[in-house]
Amino acid sequence: MSKRSDLVAAIGFLAPNLLGFGLFTAGPVLFSFAASLTNWNLQRTSPLRFVGLDNYRNALASDPFWFYLGNTVYLMLGLPLAIAASLWFAVLLNRPLRFSGGWRALLYLPSFTSGVAVMVLWKALLNPDFGAINVALRSVAAGLGVTQFESPRWLLSTKNLLALSLERLGHDPGQWGLGARDALILMGLWAAIGGGNMLLYLAALTNVPTELTEAAQLDGASSWRCFRSVTWPFLAPTTFFIVVMSVIGGLQGGFEQARVMTTGGPASTTTTLSYHIYTEAFERFRIGYASAVSWILFAVVFGATLLNWKFGDRGTDDA
Amino acid sequence: MPRSGRLKDLGVYVALGAFALTTLAPFAWMLLASLKPLAEVESANPVPTVWKFENYSAVAEQVPFGRYFANSVVVAGWVTLLTCLSSAMAAFAFSRLRWRGRDALFRLYLATLMIPGVVTMIPNYTLMVRLHLLDTYTGLIVPASFGAFGTFLLRQFMLGLPTALDEAARLDGATHWHVFWDVVLPLARPGVITLAIFAFLGNYGSFYWPLVMVKSPHMRTLPVGLLTFDTVYGRQTNLLMAAAAMSLVPPLLVFLFGQRFLVRGIQLGAVKG
Repeated sequence: MSKRSDLVAAIGFLAPNLLGFGLFTAGPVLFSFAASLTNWNLQRTSPLRFVGLDNYRNALASDPFWFYLGNTVYLMLGLPLAIAASLWFAVLLNRPLRFSGGWRALLYLPSFTSGVAVMVLWKALLNPDFGAINVALRSVAAGLGVTQFESPRWLLSTKNLLALSLERLGHDPGQWGLGARDALILMGLWAAIGGGNMLLYLAALTNVPTELTEAAQLDGASSWRCFRSVTWPFLAPTTFFIVVMSVIGGLQGGFEQARVMTTGGPASTTTTLSYHIYTEAFERFRIGYASAVSWILFAVVFGATLLNWKFGDRGTDDA
Repeated sequence: MPRSGRLKDLGVYVALGAFALTTLAPFAWMLLASLKPLAEVESANPVPTVWKFENYSAVAEQVPFGRYFANSVVVAGWVTLLTCLSSAMAAFAFSRLRWRGRDALFRLYLATLMIPGVVTMIPNYTLMVRLHLLDTYTGLIVPASFGAFGTFLLRQFMLGLPTALDEAARLDGATHWHVFWDVVLPLARPGVITLAIFAFLGNYGSFYWPLVMVKSPHMRTLPVGLLTFDTVYGRQTNLLMAAAAMSLVPPLLVFLFGQRFLVRGIQLGAVKG
């Protein structure tokens, strides 16, 4: 059992994974950084040359980049609501219920099927003319006696609830309404609420000692007070984890929705940074520029994670 | 007290029922739309007047849907196998063996989890171009099989297993491989099954990598195939919904059989991770 024999064995056990990891993860990370400093274009319009930080500078100086970052952040506006709803349903499911496994499976259904099939489905649901969502909205409006009801154009509309203007960051009251970005948020909520976050909360709730909640109830605490003072502190680390992971996922997100449902439109309003990188790399073949933007995206993700850590971890320490 | 408790329970069931209804409604709409005749796909009535079950076979007449299906299952199956085996071996080295630099290397693995997928996507794509692996199964399978996530998950799992058994086996003269294969791996089975479910579901739904890797129609996986179907035959909402519905069957089966492992695996990742 000498240290040396362990090292030899460790190399053997690690070899397959380490080889793949080096070849397809670690190596590409270094390679990507090197590429971001060049004008590399797969269509070879000009000779390959080192351009320093030009790609980074060009990206940060362009209006589209900030507009796409704005779109990315807009699509994350549903996250707090999704997380709160996940928590609420986890608390409901944590009680002794009939068919608790069945409920859990039903609510979990959208999230493990999410992907292209679900996006294709939602594209049809959101069709302004015959999609189920507008059909339902119109019948509700008719039922309420609203005659002048104009149903949202969803994926075909640049409108949005924050009245953001087109093409660059700014405000334009004419853009107020429900449009493509809101439609994607709606779909995201549908897919996310019963998903992994709810299961994480359910797992965390099993760690709350029932003696504590029972004692609080005997003392006459209301269920809200009991949740706030007894249960919540046990959930803080999980919440922190979920927030960090959701922000990371949100900043990197939007590619599939844009590629499958909107091709980034209308008027680029659903183009997120990840979709922008895709079109630059795989449609315009500007590998150097796309690599630079993906490193900027990494910096944004990293910065957001640090901020979360700095301000969010305090709540965790209390627990 | 009991009466208000019962009332509260009723409220809980109403809330859960409303949510489950919202969850299921789109799927129900999909199934109904998939059975409509073409003339009715733009009708506001979600229920077909004629039930066209032949829509499901009609999908395969327009695109090689069976081929997409087989491609997806084969690729996801291989990725799952390779991921589980290589991750379990690496996790064993990271949790059960002692060697210098172990924790530093593991931290490097963890650090890469934060890097956006697109960063490595571009170099991997150019690597595949160089190796002439575009449009091949190898190109679809191998680069997707060695992420740090699986190693992380199984390392956490193995750290939670008692060491007494493998120490006893070592004293009896068992080799490291025997300890791994006959002692640790059987104990780690719930963790491996969890990883297998994650890996299969994740890769089965994977879209970005197949999208950039696949050039010819017969190599398309389901997500890429569905996208093509939507682009080319998008007006045939009935057939599109039939195709989407069929593509959801494998994840549904995996979910039904693996549900309890999934919950346990998530508990593991959350609590110890």
